[in-house]
Amino acid sequence: MGADESINQGEPMAAQEKGATLIVRDAGALALVQDGGRFGVRHLGVTQGGAVDWVSLGWANWLLGNAVDAAGIEITLGGFVVEVQTSTTLALAGGELGATLDGEPVPPHTRFRVDAGQTLAFGQATSGLRAYLALPGGVAATPFMGSTSSVIRECLGGLDGEGRALAVDDVIVAAGREPAGEARVIETPPRFTEETVDLEMVPGAQIAQFDGASVFATFNERWEVDARADRMGVRLIGQALRNGAGGMISEGIPLGAVQVPPDGQPIVLLNDRQTVGGYPRLGALTPLACARLGQCPPGTQLRLVPVSPHRTRRQMQAQFARWR
Amino acid sequence: MSAPRPRIETVAYDTLTVRLFEAIDEAHMPWILAADAALRERFDEALIDLVPSYTTLMLHYDALRLGQAEARAMIVEALADLAPASDREGRHHVIPVWYDESVGPELVTIAERLGVEPADVIRRHCERDYCAFALGFAPGYAFMGLVEEALATPRLSTPRQRVPAGSVGIAERQTAIYPMRSPGGWNILGRTAVTLFDRSRDEASLFRPGDRVRFEAIDRDTFVEQGGDPTPMEAS
Repeated sequence: MGADESINQGEPMAAQEKGATLIVRDAGALALVQDGGRFGVRHLGVTQGGAVDWVSLGWANWLLGNAVDAAGIEITLGGFVVEVQTSTTLALAGGELGATLDGEPVPPHTRFRVDAGQTLAFGQATSGLRAYLALPGGVAATPFMGSTSSVIRECLGGLDGEGRALAVDDVIVAAGREPAGEARVIETPPRFTEETVDLEMVPGAQIAQFDGASVFATFNERWEVDARADRMGVRLIGQALRNGAGGMISEGIPLGAVQVPPDGQPIVLLNDRQTVGGYPRLGALTPLACARLGQCPPGTQLRLVPVSPHRTRRQMQAQFARWR
Repeated sequence: MSAPRPRIETVAYDTLTVRLFEAIDEAHMPWILAADAALRERFDEALIDLVPSYTTLMLHYDALRLGQAEARAMIVEALADLAPASDREGRHHVIPVWYDESVGPELVTIAERLGVEPADVIRRHCERDYCAFALGFAPGYAFMGLVEEALATPRLSTPRQRVPAGSVGIAERQTAIYPMRSPGGWNILGRTAVTLFDRSRDEASLFRPGDRVRFEAIDRDTFVEQGGDPTPMEAS
């Protein structure tokens, strides 16, 4: 995250006229324009935003030869339907949401042709939670503070800059008409089917404020994804954790922060989190673990696994190397 | 005040928190601002985000360029000869507020609790400069303080579903303005017509951490003239 300097800058109106176009016919549960996120503005109270599963957005973009953090469509749970206005090539990655093109299944992690008049429809999630649709050159939209990511709560980003979710009759315009590069195939596409998902967490300094039994429980108990989960945060259900910190003075909160409010049930803070907060934290999930959590529906069983910043850095470098 | 000894804490694989103080105090802000400037300069292109807040600065660096050990060393180096920023560093804003029960219901409840007239609460809220300790909760929302001890009021036990944009509130010894309509639990005293977060403005947010803010009471007509929306709280 923040790795690629070439955050999608949108395109001028003249370029939009020749970009491939899709029209929204059904908004589904939630579909949002998202890129790599908004950075350099956290001190003004502006949140990060961006694709929750940034790895899948990266793969969808990679399939088309786009910058991996170019703006795409984040489709949560399914039900989203678009009609193709211009024949072009699209790419799909992320969760399996039963995508079909004129009724024929479109597997995730592929790049595929679409012709004018065809309908691309998403059904229900069968594995994972979020699918990412990439368009040639990314979605054309005017960036605000360096990003087109939609944050509904902040009324920022998206097609009209007001942060709203995609709605019926919205016109999605690509920055380009056709992909930049040759067809590509993902050798080992991510799967979202494990029975228990391991999520790596970098322990933070404040873990020292939790009692020993709670630290042990953090890494040895199972955690379950609660239904109270959205782009701001995901609540985990399990053994109550205790700490002696009491009320803390608010400070900045990083992506993936695992905060523990007084009820002892951790909350993992994701892309649309508030920028400062005052609950004690166990640490922060790695960006790769945040992306994986973004594909975990309520009820998913989790384990938290400690990892060092150094090892995480190597994993992140390896992920970006796959996209070269 | 002598130079604080920074403590550097791991908070994420690519983020460190620099802890300078243990308590909230306006006298700490010049040090926080000086550290902010020194860290921005030292990290330069390798800086992704730097979030000052009361006693700390959270530094998110580009981990594809820097390892954590390197980042820690750079922080130590940047803060080696820290001197507090001058008082004039932050900008000073005067925010006109229409204090009235219709748009600020807790103006009356606070006055009643103190056994004084609402005008007295208004005078005391306007009496001092407040410091913007941190921005958060929403774009452009500044946590400011400290309000006079007697005015300190706990948050509402049940937050409001909708607090209109421009609402000026108090929670404990802090005061703030809601930049946009949102849910909220602060005690509302009045409303300002000033736009706090304007996407067409260069930096969008009127306030930055470290800015100083004073409130000035205006009447309803002036508020409306300034473009304020006088719709009462319960109808908003």
